[in-house]
Amino acid sequence: MAAPLDLTMGDLAATVARGDVPALEIAKASLDRITAGHELNAFLHVPEAPLLAAARSIDEKRARGEKLGPLAGVPIAIKDALCTHDAPTTCASRILTRRGPDGRPSTPANGWRPPYDATVVARLRAADALLVGKTNMDEFAMGSSGENSAFGPAKNPRDPSRTPGGSSSGSAVAVAGGMAFAALGSDTGGSIRQPAALCGVVGVKPSYGRVSRFGLVAFASSLDQVGPFARDVEGAARVLSVIAGEDPRDSTSAQVPLGDYLAACRRDIRGVRIGLPDEYFAEGLDPEVEEAVRRAVARLEAEGASVRPVKLPHTRYGVATYYIVATAEASSNLARFDGVRFGLRIEPEHGDLTAMYGATRDAGFGAEVKRRILLGTYVLSAGYYDAYYRKAQRTRTLIRRDFEAAFRDVDVIATPTSPTPAFRLGEKVDDPLAMYLADVYTLPASLAGIAGLSVPCGATRATSERPALPIGLQLLAPAFAEEQLFTAAAAVERLSSA
Amino acid sequence: MAITKETVLHVARLARLELGDDEVTTMQRDLAKILEHVEELGRLDTSGVPETAHVAAEQAPLRPDLQQPSIPTDTSLAEAPRRAGGGFAVPAFVDE
Repeated sequence: MAAPLDLTMGDLAATVARGDVPALEIAKASLDRITAGHELNAFLHVPEAPLLAAARSIDEKRARGEKLGPLAGVPIAIKDALCTHDAPTTCASRILTRRGPDGRPSTPANGWRPPYDATVVARLRAADALLVGKTNMDEFAMGSSGENSAFGPAKNPRDPSRTPGGSSSGSAVAVAGGMAFAALGSDTGGSIRQPAALCGVVGVKPSYGRVSRFGLVAFASSLDQVGPFARDVEGAARVLSVIAGEDPRDSTSAQVPLGDYLAACRRDIRGVRIGLPDEYFAEGLDPEVEEAVRRAVARLEAEGASVRPVKLPHTRYGVATYYIVATAEASSNLARFDGVRFGLRIEPEHGDLTAMYGATRDAGFGAEVKRRILLGTYVLSAGYYDAYYRKAQRTRTLIRRDFEAAFRDVDVIATPTSPTPAFRLGEKVDDPLAMYLADVYTLPASLAGIAGLSVPCGATRATSERPALPIGLQLLAPAFAEEQLFTAAAAVERLSSA
Repeated sequence: MAITKETVLHVARLARLELGDDEVTTMQRDLAKILEHVEELGRLDTSGVPETAHVAAEQAPLRPDLQQPSIPTDTSLAEAPRRAGGGFAVPAFVDE
């Protein structure tokens, strides 16, 4: 038998449920892997004692003869934007930490301790998963490279001089680096799909409303969605099956029945109608990425899928629309970080309340978060609201209509996830606009609220400059049609590894 | 759209953000560049197009109006930088 950490997720859960391998052994092996991968900076906090206690309690439950949950003993990492009652939650921001009593710089260890678990975290615990740690990210999920973390960037396991993508960087690294079987991330404009592509793992952005956001620190509330990373498509389907579904604590969680995502992975691709939008194969697309994506789609066609062109004419307005809508919402959501109730507080001597707000937010937020708060405040301010915010909301309607029209003719849309493979750390840090343009293929689906997924479909050729880098294929489906994504993604996975 | 230093300072005040002098210069430059890109929306005719504020398909569901336990005061205050009595303490904000 393969070592437990090298099994598939389904086999591991079955092995633990049978009692062949204790959950405690899996937990300890995961901690060893995390220690070995330390230099990748994937984790901000690894709550060792609660992890080992949870593993023991899973083993005791089984010893009592109780049936274990569907993720029994499966090591899963959690993006640090999700609340955990037994581990600090910082969003990789200093504003969610306290200064040490001696005035030392704040660290994740003295991060905010939430009084509750996010619903998705509670559901993973109830499924007997092992929560191995809180992962690094761009501060408040704002970024595409992980470099906006206040605690240093996570690094791509394929080439540590390169970015793993972002904002859910540590979650992608934890899975790609073998430190966890799966991870949770959040995707506001591509923050699950893009790092999944750059790290060579599967990442799912469920439809808006599919998964509860209770306990997810809010960035842009009309866009944010929680979703899984996993080593393979089936693993992602297993985790989504556990976390998805209506939650009375989140009024935006939808009362729409769940699909059978695992069964969908095993469905035939024959007869599935796949759309290829010209607008996603445009200037700026790396030739090797284009080649790999087109080759994967051709293989689906050879297996009996029907492939046809579709038009998404407002794609080019996605970046501008997103950076108005998302920053406007962020400027409002991040108003709650004011030093009053939790986290950092800086009280200037003889200062009043306003001075405390200003000083706390200046010291607590990094440059990108400040930039977005300023931009969002600007586009909502008197005199500019119509020109920017209202205009963007109307453009958002046009982008939604593009997808509605396209999905009248096809079941799924296939595109590159990212225009390039993993870029170098530092390459885009001085140019915010260039960084924003890295998300050009993932933003429109977020604005439309539809379902998306990134699945590995190949790699670049290794050169003397760089090793082979993973390439991701993005699949998009109408809202709540995640099953169609899993059917197509499983076929891409099977045919790409053949 | 020209972004002046005064605009940056005005918006920062609205957002309760203090900025250092260097930061004001950097933000002025970055915002100008980003807004220049965003200007392309102006070329798009959106007259008569309704606004999308939210993509949630249905109306928010209602739940029964029942009393439920909430977080105890001590737990709510556990992470407060400063507390006084049963509440959060802040610097004075009215003239005494």
